[in-house]
Amino acid sequence: MAESVKDMTKEFEENGSSLWKDAWIKLSKNHMALFGLSVLVILIVSSLLTPWIAPYNYEAQDLDLGATAPSMAHWLGTDIFGRDMLTRIMYGGRVSLMVGFIATAVALVIGILWGAVAGFFGGRVDALMMRIVDILYALPFMIFIVLLMVVFGRNILLLFLAIGAVEWLTMARIVRGQVMALRNLEFVEAANSLGLSQWTIIRRHIIPNTLGPVIVYTTLTIPSVMLLEAFLSFLGLGIQPPESSWGLLINYGVETMEEYPWLLIFPGIALSLTLFALNFLGDGLRDALDPRTSKD
Amino acid sequence: MIKFALGRLLQAIPVLLVVITATFFLVHSAPGGPFSADKAVPPEVIKALEAQYNLDQPVWQQYLNYLGDVVKGDFGPSFKYSGRTVNELIAAGLPTTAELAFYAMLIAVGIGVLAGVTASLRPNTMQDYVPMTAAMIGICMPSFLLGPLLVLVFGIYLDWLPISGWGDIPGDKILPSITLGTGYAAYIARLSRGGMLEVLSQDYIRTARAKGLSEPLIIVKHALRGGLIPVVAFLGPAFAGLLGGSFVVETIFQIPGLGRFYVQAAFNRDYTLILGMTVFFSTLIIVFNLLSDMLAIWLNPKLRQEIRGTK
Repeated sequence: MAESVKDMTKEFEENGSSLWKDAWIKLSKNHMALFGLSVLVILIVSSLLTPWIAPYNYEAQDLDLGATAPSMAHWLGTDIFGRDMLTRIMYGGRVSLMVGFIATAVALVIGILWGAVAGFFGGRVDALMMRIVDILYALPFMIFIVLLMVVFGRNILLLFLAIGAVEWLTMARIVRGQVMALRNLEFVEAANSLGLSQWTIIRRHIIPNTLGPVIVYTTLTIPSVMLLEAFLSFLGLGIQPPESSWGLLINYGVETMEEYPWLLIFPGIALSLTLFALNFLGDGLRDALDPRTSKD
Repeated sequence: MIKFALGRLLQAIPVLLVVITATFFLVHSAPGGPFSADKAVPPEVIKALEAQYNLDQPVWQQYLNYLGDVVKGDFGPSFKYSGRTVNELIAAGLPTTAELAFYAMLIAVGIGVLAGVTASLRPNTMQDYVPMTAAMIGICMPSFLLGPLLVLVFGIYLDWLPISGWGDIPGDKILPSITLGTGYAAYIARLSRGGMLEVLSQDYIRTARAKGLSEPLIIVKHALRGGLIPVVAFLGPAFAGLLGGSFVVETIFQIPGLGRFYVQAAFNRDYTLILGMTVFFSTLIIVFNLLSDMLAIWLNPKLRQEIRGTK
């Protein structure tokens, strides 16, 4: 393992700045990953612009209209209150994506700091810190999050923190492994003997070399976070009305699926397509950036 | 091996202690007591109730009592189901959930391994792409979406299968088991493909081929054992996931199992039930993680030696 990491970093070092170019060339040959990337870009742009481009007002009800099948006026139909489904899905997507990105960012910050400190200092600090990670790993988090939401009420901020607090563990392990492997490499030693400061070494050598796996894992964490949010919202323990998310829309869709199946199917497609896109992008990035871990 | 298992069991003790402590204080820091129900209850009644459940003692005293009871395997009475203990409620739901999890696991391992091994035999051909794309769809189709869709198609439109219950009508176990198992089948397919691909490129497989062994024999006798180690190691976490998944599946299909109890207890704020079930689930998960780790080690001679070496 140490040998192969050494080879890999040597390769990175020799190729210098062309690593990112290489990765991009590899990624652009991967059609599924490009598809994922395009879906993601469209989603992000439309989420940002939702208040301006949504066809209807989010809260506009039309009780006389009620639930209607997709039509020219309402592309994805309307729900039992006559609310436009496309608009609801767009607003729900904003929340789902926001949970995905913010909770992942929380996980990222904790994970990178924890892993980098443990890996960089090594020794007893490392042993203690990773022991804590091991213990936390063994906890049944799904159950804990349900518990948290019950005890402290269904607060969206808490949801971010709770999910982020669960997802950082793997990130910490990945970063620690990378930093450990890098710390003892010749080019870091060389940088040391050149008299560069610790901070310069971390910034100039350690961080760029850990970035690949971190980016890959981040891309794969976002869908699992979104899934967790949808799971909680589905159970009624996540996002609360009048806010909306895809999980909540699916929950409502299930209640009336016999009469109005489109109320279940469209939010379902939105969620699945997004998860699909992110997973393919993540797999593609892994192949492009981190060839040695692309086992499955 | 035994020494290793004992070591791991010892490690499980602090984990469980963390679980019990965290859960206990979480539940106790919850705003609103368990008896602040919908109706206004006279204060003396609340006092009497609190005395009955020892809630009038200081929190640390309650914590120590609870810890002592849990060690003896006693989770105390339920707050909401009066007259029933948490142990009774767990015992009532466990067989159903265990059966559901067993069928789901059977589907997950059976279909997953079959698909993954099939894909690994001809990488980067249609035989690989088709099952792996199906697996990706399975991963991106959460159970709370798959379940209702299956109900809609097979229960309502085609009217082939019952859409709720467990063991009441023949065939009512099929849809819940498929709903719960599919996601794991997809994940296991990816793991077994990866594991098999790695093993199939090893020297000892080439040796077996050079000896002139038939391809099926090589795969069954030599490759599977090593190739499925990642799958075996995943079984522990998968089990934990199945418990979480049972929350959703049992709610969708109205199955009277532990998962639905837990969700109901969460909504009812039945704190002793939540507390007891959390501790119970955690213990189960830790035990299953241990079992799957040990099985993975037993299958992997390299790791076995490492453990022997460190004795």
